[in-house]
This record gives sequence, structure tokens and C-alpha cells, in this order.
Amino acid sequence: MSVAPVGPWTTGRLVELERPSDRLLRLRLEVADRVDHLPGQHYVLRLRAEDGYTAQRSYSVASDPADPLLELMVECLPGGEVSGFLHDVAEAGDVFELRGPIGGWFVWDGDVDAVCIGGGTGVVPLVSMLRHARRIGAADRLRVVAVARTLAELPYAAELLEAGALVALTRENLGDRVAHPPYPDELAPLVEDVTRAYVCGSVGFASFATRLLGEVGVRSESIRVEQFGASGVSA
Amino acid sequence: MPVTRGFGGGLRRGRPDRLPPGQYDTGKDWPVLTAEAQPDLDPEQWTMTVDGLVDSPRTWSWRALHALPGSSYVGDIHCVTTWSMLDTTFAGVSVDTLLELAGPRPEAAYVLAHSTTGYTTNLPLADLTGGRAWLAWEYDGRPLAPEHGGPVRLLVPHLYFWKSAKWITRLELMAHDRPGFWEQNGYHDRGDPWMEQRYQGDP
Repeated sequence: MSVAPVGPWTTGRLVELERPSDRLLRLRLEVADRVDHLPGQHYVLRLRAEDGYTAQRSYSVASDPADPLLELMVECLPGGEVSGFLHDVAEAGDVFELRGPIGGWFVWDGDVDAVCIGGGTGVVPLVSMLRHARRIGAADRLRVVAVARTLAELPYAAELLEAGALVALTRENLGDRVAHPPYPDELAPLVEDVTRAYVCGSVGFASFATRLLGEVGVRSESIRVEQFGASGVSA
Repeated sequence: MPVTRGFGGGLRRGRPDRLPPGQYDTGKDWPVLTAEAQPDLDPEQWTMTVDGLVDSPRTWSWRALHALPGSSYVGDIHCVTTWSMLDTTFAGVSVDTLLELAGPRPEAAYVLAHSTTGYTTNLPLADLTGGRAWLAWEYDGRPLAPEHGGPVRLLVPHLYFWKSAKWITRLELMAHDRPGFWEQNGYHDRGDPWMEQRYQGDP
């Protein structure tokens, strides 16, 4: 495993933005003096007002390190200061302060066979891993499980399905799969011979997925968890 | 750094949402505040113990602790001295994992966290469970610096940061609350930043 790079504050110019759904915003940025990330790392994006007031949030990177642009998928949270601004105001050509890449624990660079389970926007760092795996010809080393309530709420749903990920929807049927969280029987074939497991999602999702991995025999010391959510009362 | 086009002209919606009352955003400038001299700890000599009201008191070496399932925290921290640092990233092991192995007894309701330096701080057991507390040895992808409690500190980010004891070495489970170092010196027994529980007597 390479040592995870850490990047300083820099700036990024928004080159493309797309709204795949009401709540999702896909940003593609040209980062000045970019330090290439490892799949799984994240960036902090900071907004700055004229009087110096700032607001910043962390977003996982979805792009492959070889992508000339940095891709972030932003979930628009009700009342979210940064996500709301990006959703309502941001347009191509805008320049933002960025810091990254950050995070050295939740990274996969193709060195080991791995299974990864993401819930909701928790799939974003897994998409970076998946894109990386396909580019370096290591797609067989990475098995992806994506869990969401509905297909519309799942970021990168089409790309995940096309790549052969197990997509488990909990609130609607998908083909002949009846709505349900992933079953141990579905996961068991995916964890054969893996030496590492990645779990990304909310606190509740992370504990569910960690338990599920234990049920199908994944050793707890091989599991790496990244959970998100505000520390305070308002999520 | 550039001003963001269109940002900040109107209502500062996010500020009360994100920063607890009376706190300011310190940016990435992490102040160092300690009550005692910074110890020089050799991780190979260091151990972590969970004891008191548990079914099986346990002690882990540095290596044994790293063999447990890892866990990370991405979010904010709040110091009683009014700085908050947003979007921090810590990695280590969840306190839930240690408690699961030690097995708290039903009468256990409080914890006294002990540092190698003799520093102590008290917390309700409930604040250390449910995915809300960690032993952290990594900050922003790098080993936790000694001045910030390295090699390993307690991390309880939903409470004021003096509860996140640096150089943690022991969690002692107790039936009754017992004030720690700052708590004996007038600070609050729980320390919820959203309720501004800074000092004894705050609601």
C-alpha cells in the first residue's frame, strides 16, 4: 500500500456540474497544483464571503486518480449551508477553495482483494475505487455492494449496475429482487478470498454493514469503516 | 484565497446549524491546550486497559489494539475555550469494540478516563457507546502528534474536547459519577457543547 498523500489548501475551478437528481449534484473541478489522491480519500470544499466568513464541508472523491478533473458528488441536505449554496448558486467557472486529498485509512489502491459496501452517498468513494480498478485492470479484485432506498437516490446507480455491483434497494424492487437490505446469502459469494472490507455510510448503516460482514465470516480486523454525519444535534 | 461568487450576501443559514453557541471556527489551526507536561510515550510500552465494573477486565498492547477493526470519524470538534474545528478526520478504533470485549456490568453507568500523565475526566457511559467515541491514533491521515495526545487519545467529539483525554491509557467503569481533573476544577460533568455545558452549574 502506498502512503496516502495529503494535499494543502488550493483552489479548484468548476468545469462541469450536473444534477443527476433533485438531491444530488455532481461537480467536476480543475484543481490547481493538484496532489493526486488514492481512491477513498476526500476533499474539504470551502466557501468564502467578502467579509472573510467561511463555511466548509468534506466530500468524498468519486474520480479515478488518473482523471484530469476532480469529481465530487454532493448530496443536498435540507438547510445545508454548503450543499445548498452549491445546489442553488454554483455554476461553471466558479472558483472554490479546496483542501485535499485527506484521509489515509479508508483507501484502496488495488493492492488487495477487497469487498466494499456503501450506503447512500457512502458509495461515492467506492465509485473512485471502482473506476481505478477498471483502469488498472484490477476489476476482479474489487467487489462492490451498493445499498440505497431507491434507485433514484443511489448516486452513480447506472454505473454501479453496469460494473456488476450488487445493488440492494430497501424500499423498491429492482428487477426480480424484492426490496430488502442485503442478505448474508447475497454477500457470502462476494467475500470469498477477500483480505479487506470497506464500509462507508451513516453511523447506523456502518454498524449494520459491519455486523453483516461478520455474519458471513469476514474477520473484524480486516474491516475499515468510514462513517459520516455531523457531531451535533443537526445532521 | 478567492471570495466565492454569490456567497455570504444574505442569511448565514449554516452558522447556527454547524457551530454550537459561543463557538468560533478556528479553521485548520488546532490550538494546543494541556494541563500538564507532554509525555514522551513509546507505543511499544504503552497499554490500554478497560476495567472497573466489567465482566472481563482487558488490557491491549499497541499492536493488539491495531488488530481490532478500525474505525474513523469525519466531523467537527469543539473546545470549551470556544474554538471549534470543522471537518476533522480521525482514525483508530471505536470504544464500542473495546466495551464489547470487556462486557460492562449492568450497574456500570459512568466512566473515568485516565491518561498516562494522571489526567482524568469523567463521562456518562452512554456517551462512549453507539458509535460516538473512539481511541484515535491518526489525525488527517497522519499519526496523531504528541502535543495533540499522540500516540493515542480518547475522542468523544459530541462533547467539549477536554473529555477527549490525551494519552489515554485506561477506561474505568463505575456505578457512580466521580469528577475528573477539570471537573474538580469547576468544569461540567457532561460538557455538551450544544447546551453550553461549560462549567458546573450550567444546565
